[in-house]
Amino acid sequence: MKQRLIALSVAASLGALPAAPALAQARVSDGVVRIGVLTDLSGTYSDLSGQGSVVATKMAVEDFIAADKPAFKIEVLSADHQNKGDIASNKAREWFEKDGVDMVTDLVTTSTALAVMKIAKEKNRIAIVNGAASTRITNEDCNDVSVHYTYDTYALANGTGRAVVKQGGKSWFFITADYAFGHSLEKDTSDVVKAAGGSVLGSVRHPFPGNDFSSFLLNAQSSGAQVIGLANAGNDTINSIKQAAEFGITPKQTLAGLLMFITDIHSLGLKTAQNMYLTEGFYWDLNEQTRAWSKRFFDRHKRMPTMVQAGQYSSTMHYLKAVKATGSDDTAVVMARMKKTPINDFFATKGQIRDDGRMVHDMYLLQVKKPAESKYPWDYYNVRATIPGNEAFQPLSASRCPLIRK
Amino acid sequence: MEIFGVSLQGLAGQLLIGLINGSFYAVLSLGLAVIFGQLNIINFAHGALYMMGAFLAWIGLTHFGINYWAALLLVPLLIGLLGIVIERALLRWLYQLDHLYGLLLTFGLALIIEGLFRYYFGISGESYEAPEALRGGVDLGFMFLPLYRGWVVVASLVVCLATWFIIERTKLGAYLRAGTENPKLVQALGINVPLMITLTYGFGVALAGFAGVLAAPILQVNPLMGSNLIIVVFAVVVIGGMGSILGSIVTGLGLGLVEALTRVVYPEASAVVIFVIMVIVLLVRPAGLFGREN
Repeated sequence: MKQRLIALSVAASLGALPAAPALAQARVSDGVVRIGVLTDLSGTYSDLSGQGSVVATKMAVEDFIAADKPAFKIEVLSADHQNKGDIASNKAREWFEKDGVDMVTDLVTTSTALAVMKIAKEKNRIAIVNGAASTRITNEDCNDVSVHYTYDTYALANGTGRAVVKQGGKSWFFITADYAFGHSLEKDTSDVVKAAGGSVLGSVRHPFPGNDFSSFLLNAQSSGAQVIGLANAGNDTINSIKQAAEFGITPKQTLAGLLMFITDIHSLGLKTAQNMYLTEGFYWDLNEQTRAWSKRFFDRHKRMPTMVQAGQYSSTMHYLKAVKATGSDDTAVVMARMKKTPINDFFATKGQIRDDGRMVHDMYLLQVKKPAESKYPWDYYNVRATIPGNEAFQPLSASRCPLIRK
Repeated sequence: MEIFGVSLQGLAGQLLIGLINGSFYAVLSLGLAVIFGQLNIINFAHGALYMMGAFLAWIGLTHFGINYWAALLLVPLLIGLLGIVIERALLRWLYQLDHLYGLLLTFGLALIIEGLFRYYFGISGESYEAPEALRGGVDLGFMFLPLYRGWVVVASLVVCLATWFIIERTKLGAYLRAGTENPKLVQALGINVPLMITLTYGFGVALAGFAGVLAAPILQVNPLMGSNLIIVVFAVVVIGGMGSILGSIVTGLGLGLVEALTRVVYPEASAVVIFVIMVIVLLVRPAGLFGREN
C-alpha cells in the first residue's frame, strides 16, 4: 500500500512530464499489461461483438507495439460471458485475482457490464464497456474505474427519435423486448419523441427472445401510429422488420430500429431494410481514415466492423497510450490520464471521457440505402446527419451519477 | 363490439395468426411424436434439424439456384437421409437403455450441429425470400393475410393429416404400430422391423426439415432458430400425450390459438402460457390429453 502511494505521488508529480521508458518499465506491475476481452462468443450478440471484438483488440495492441514500441509487454485474454452476469463476474474475478488482468473490456449486455464494473471497483481495476447499451452504466451504477465508450440508449433514442419526428413521424407505437434494456430504450425514446412534439399511442411488450412478431405487429398496425419503434435488438429486431414487410405494414407505416448494427442490415438485406433510420457511433464508409482501418479489419475478420468493434480498437488504443504516457498501469493514474486526454482517431474526433465515465463523441444519423443506391459490398447507409457529441449524449446536468456533484 | 378491449376484427386477426403458428407446432411435434411412438427416443436434435432444413433451403437457393418448390421436396429428403445415418450409426445402440441416453445423445448432436452452423454462418443469419407466386397478400376485411402464411397453414395441415392417415389407417401403419408393441413377434412374421424403425426416424426428422423450409421465408434463417422453438414443441408433445399422432396435431393447433389469445389479453405471458398448461395437464392427466395410460 505504502509503495503504491509513493508510486502514485511520483506519478502525479511526473504526470506532466513525458515518462522515461526506464521508469515506465519499473512501474507497470510485473512488466506486463493484460487486457481481458469479455464478450459474447457464441450467443445472440456474437456477430456485433464477439470474435470481431477480439480481433479489433489484437489489432490495437499490434499497432500500438509497432508505433509506440513500449517497454512493457502486452497480453490479450478473451472469454465468453454467455450474456450472463454471474459467468461474467466469476471470470472477471478470476482474471483480476489469478491472472493479473489490468483492464476488462467489451461487455456486451447490460447485466454483464454492471456485474463486471462492480468487481472492477472492488479490485481497483479498469472496465471499459463497449457492447452494452443501458444508461445505468454512467448514471445510477457509475463508478470511477469504468468507462462507457461507444454508445448508449440515450444517444440512440435521441438520434433516431428526434430525426424521425422531424421528418413528420409524430405518432409512435413501441414493440418492446420485455426486459430491462427494452424498457429503458422505450422510455428514453418516448421522452425524446414527446419533447420533440410527437405522441406515443401505445406499446406492446414481447417475451425475449421472440420468434413470431406478427401478432404484435398487428397491434401496432391497428394503433394507426405513423411510426413503429422497435425497442428490441438482434434477431428480434430482424424478425420484426422482416414480418412487418410481409404483413404489408411497411411502407405504409415507418419502422424505426432503435438499436441496430451494420451486421443486422447485412443479414436482412437492403430490400427489406431500405429507408429505415438508425443511429450509430461509427460507420466504416465515413471517410478515408475509417475506410482504411475498416478494410484492414475486413481482411482479418471477413466482415466490416460494427461500431462496437471499432470502439473496441479505439478504446484499447486510448488505454494503452495512457499506460505508456504515465508509465503506470495503476488504475487511478491511468483513468486520470484517459479522462484528461482527448481522443482523436478514425473512431472519434475530440472525444472526451467525462467524470461519470461517458465517452462523448459524435454520433451519426443514418438511413439505409435502397438496393439500387448500393454500389459495392457493405455500401449500406446514407449519412443523414452528424450529431455532435454534446447533443447526442445525456448532458452532465441531468446525470444521476453520484460522482457528479452539482 | 369489443372483447378484452380488442375489437372483434382484431381478435379474428390474432386467432388466425395463432392458427398459423399452431400449424408449425403441429408439424414439428408430429415428427417428435412419430419418433417417440416408434423408437422411444426423445429426439432433442429435432430443433437443430429444423434449422438445418431452413439453411439447406437458403444454401440451395443462393448457391445452386434451387427454388423454393424444389427445396420443399429435396430438403426433407436430405434431412431424412441424414436422419437415417444418425439412426444407423448412433441411435440404434441405445434402444435397450433408458430414454435419458437417447435424449442426451440427441441433445449433444443438436449442440454440435448448431455450433457448426454458428461457426460458418454467424449468428445474425440469412434472409430467404418467399417464392414469387406467394408474395403479397389478400385483404380479409379484418386483417391483411400474407399469401405465404395462408400457404403454410394449408401445407402443414395436408402433411399432418397424411401422416396421421398413413400411421393410423393403412397396412404399413399397422405394421409400424405392431412393431412398436411387439417387435419380436412382428419380426417372426417376416417383417424387417429394424429397417422400419430406421425409416420412421428418417421420416420424423424429414418433417422437421419440411417445417424448416416452410419457416425460412417467415423467420430469419439463423443457427439458433431451432433451439428457440424446440422447448415449446416439447411442451406441445407432452400436453398432447407422448407418442400420440392425433394428440400432437390437435394440441399443436390448439396451443397456437391459446398463445394468440394470451397475446391479446396479456402479451408478457405469451411465452409462459404453454408451460402453465403443461404443468396443469401433467398434474391432472400425466399421460397427456390424448395419451394412453400404461
